[in-house]
Amino acid sequence: MVWKTTEYSGWGRVRTATAELARPERASTLKSTLADTACPAIGNCRSYGDAPLNDGGRAIDMTRMNRILDFDAETGVVTVEAGVTITTLAKVFAPQGWLPAVMPGTGFATVGGCIAQDVHGKNHHKEGSFGQHVLSVTLLNGEKRTVATPDRNAGLFRATMGGIGQTGVISEAKLQLKPCPGDVMMVTEQRAENWDAHLALLDASQACYCVGWIDATATGANLGRGIVEEAELAAGLLPKAKPSKKVPMDAPGFALSGPIVRTFNNAYYKRVPTSGRSSVKRIDEFFFPLDKIHDWNRLYGKRGFYQFQNVVPLDQADALKKMLSEIAGAGLASPLAVLKRMGPGRAGHMSFPMEGYTLAVDFPARDAAPELIGMLEDMTVDAGGRLYLAKDALATGPAIKAMYPEHGDWVKAVNKADPDHAFETDMVRRLDLRTAGGAS
Amino acid sequence: MTQNCWIILGATSSMARAFANAVADQGASVILAGRDMEDLNRSATDLSVRGVEAVAMKFDARDSATFGPIIARAEQMEGVINAAVFVGSMPPQEAIDADPRLIDGVIKDSHTGPATFLTQLAPIIESRGAGTVVGVGSVAGDRGRIGNYVYGSAKAGFATYLSGLRNRLTRSGGHVVTVKPGFVDTAMTWTVEGMFLVAAPEAVAKDILKAVEKQKNVIYTPFFWRYIMLIIRHIPEFIFKKMSI
Repeated sequence: MVWKTTEYSGWGRVRTATAELARPERASTLKSTLADTACPAIGNCRSYGDAPLNDGGRAIDMTRMNRILDFDAETGVVTVEAGVTITTLAKVFAPQGWLPAVMPGTGFATVGGCIAQDVHGKNHHKEGSFGQHVLSVTLLNGEKRTVATPDRNAGLFRATMGGIGQTGVISEAKLQLKPCPGDVMMVTEQRAENWDAHLALLDASQACYCVGWIDATATGANLGRGIVEEAELAAGLLPKAKPSKKVPMDAPGFALSGPIVRTFNNAYYKRVPTSGRSSVKRIDEFFFPLDKIHDWNRLYGKRGFYQFQNVVPLDQADALKKMLSEIAGAGLASPLAVLKRMGPGRAGHMSFPMEGYTLAVDFPARDAAPELIGMLEDMTVDAGGRLYLAKDALATGPAIKAMYPEHGDWVKAVNKADPDHAFETDMVRRLDLRTAGGAS
Repeated sequence: MTQNCWIILGATSSMARAFANAVADQGASVILAGRDMEDLNRSATDLSVRGVEAVAMKFDARDSATFGPIIARAEQMEGVINAAVFVGSMPPQEAIDADPRLIDGVIKDSHTGPATFLTQLAPIIESRGAGTVVGVGSVAGDRGRIGNYVYGSAKAGFATYLSGLRNRLTRSGGHVVTVKPGFVDTAMTWTVEGMFLVAAPEAVAKDILKAVEKQKNVIYTPFFWRYIMLIIRHIPEFIFKKMSI
């Protein structure tokens, strides 16, 4: 018996599933498990909605398939089992002068998950998406093993990058790492007084890493204010790591109520002096600030939370400002809100990025949240933007299909790779993603 | 600094992997020994990439011919040779009841195999005047229970062997740590129902390493299992025989 009935959820904890999970520790067990049942793989379940869920079905937990299988110190090409986390790669390779080219906001994300969501990082405008640095990927489907690269099985490769696991279990991947001079970051923080100033700073930035924290509770003249953080990799003395903390229990509902969030955001904004400031940070501290607080999702209480993330084209900045205005007016937002300018880089049919501005805001799962998010979804469609499947828990199928012009190609590729629909998940069923034709 | 080498028997298990990572972090070289060579090679490569001297070797508790090459390699290495034993097997008791010949294998895997290996290794530790043996037993060895008493009896026998080996090696500067883990989150326990206070393999590995450094004799990990087992050991047999825990 390798299957254990488990209740689990995405990071937002709003959607849950009960499924039979297997957790192989060796390649041979993974193989025999998949031969027994072809079913979707999951990693550390850092996607917020239902992307990792398979209610009533089975799934393979890949977190113990987490070894580095090969590394060339000359070229920075590394081959890994898909359960390796981004933190592990950064920790092992930064001292050797290499880093994952793209690192998402949490280091707990596995390589398999990063591929399945074609994630991006604070350097998207320079380096593109995660999948653009994948040299090859090994897919398991029942007893079949397929290697896909940008040249060999190119269609399958493209369907796999950002393909939310629908082409098979990602068992191994070969990645091109990026040279890094040391394992510290030189970080500059500046206040942006309002929306226009915020966009102006993001537009003008020449830094490799650039992201804006946005005060999603500020209204009126302060709408869109925040702190723009720019950073470069550097060599230097490593500041001491701060010990990680744990959230021991679900927080009560009032912890993230309007007045508390407004007070916090105001203080957070003012902690950076008006003249800005520069500092040296550890790589993990810069990239994964929230990872130091284990289980921080429990701060939202037992009802969980939604994260809304969209991207709109550059010329639709005003539409995004209107959305922010709706968010600020609703008074539902949490302190976690991010604004970033993205480049065009994307690796798959269903990859999220497009050149434009992306806004991500967390909302505690109160009764009014789904309605607000539904409105934001409609406004995103009107602006020609899209929603991020790694975050989504509420969208509708036709809206998503309309946002992804290559959806039809993806459907063809995944239905060919998985004709039995063995890898479908709750998200795929909710959005009816394996059926083409929503774009009309 | 003296060179330290750890021979890890049963190195494919998650507890063993976590322990190998922990000793490697401290600068030791490792010999990863077990049956699944493909898997061991992966683990050895993983450690090598991290800058650790690691090699995979075949070890099958039921095939004593596999012991010699590991002992020979250890003999050639300089410095202190240590060994950690994570092997063992636990077929469901029903399977054993249906086919009692399975008992032989369980005893070989959990007791006589590793004991034979360690007896071959002991002279090396004695001649070098240093070296630690970690033997992983189980709380199941503290008392025979209806659910897994064949496995428990093998672990009990192994624990007694370790106690004797400790008595022997301590005379020449060697040491033996007996480890009794409670419920650990491994592949062996993945589908076992009714587990509580389950420990991560990394936490257990950290406990073992601490016990090695402090030259503890017998540890329970996580620590509270000492008290749980203290109570269980003291339940009078006339009551215990009617219980199903």
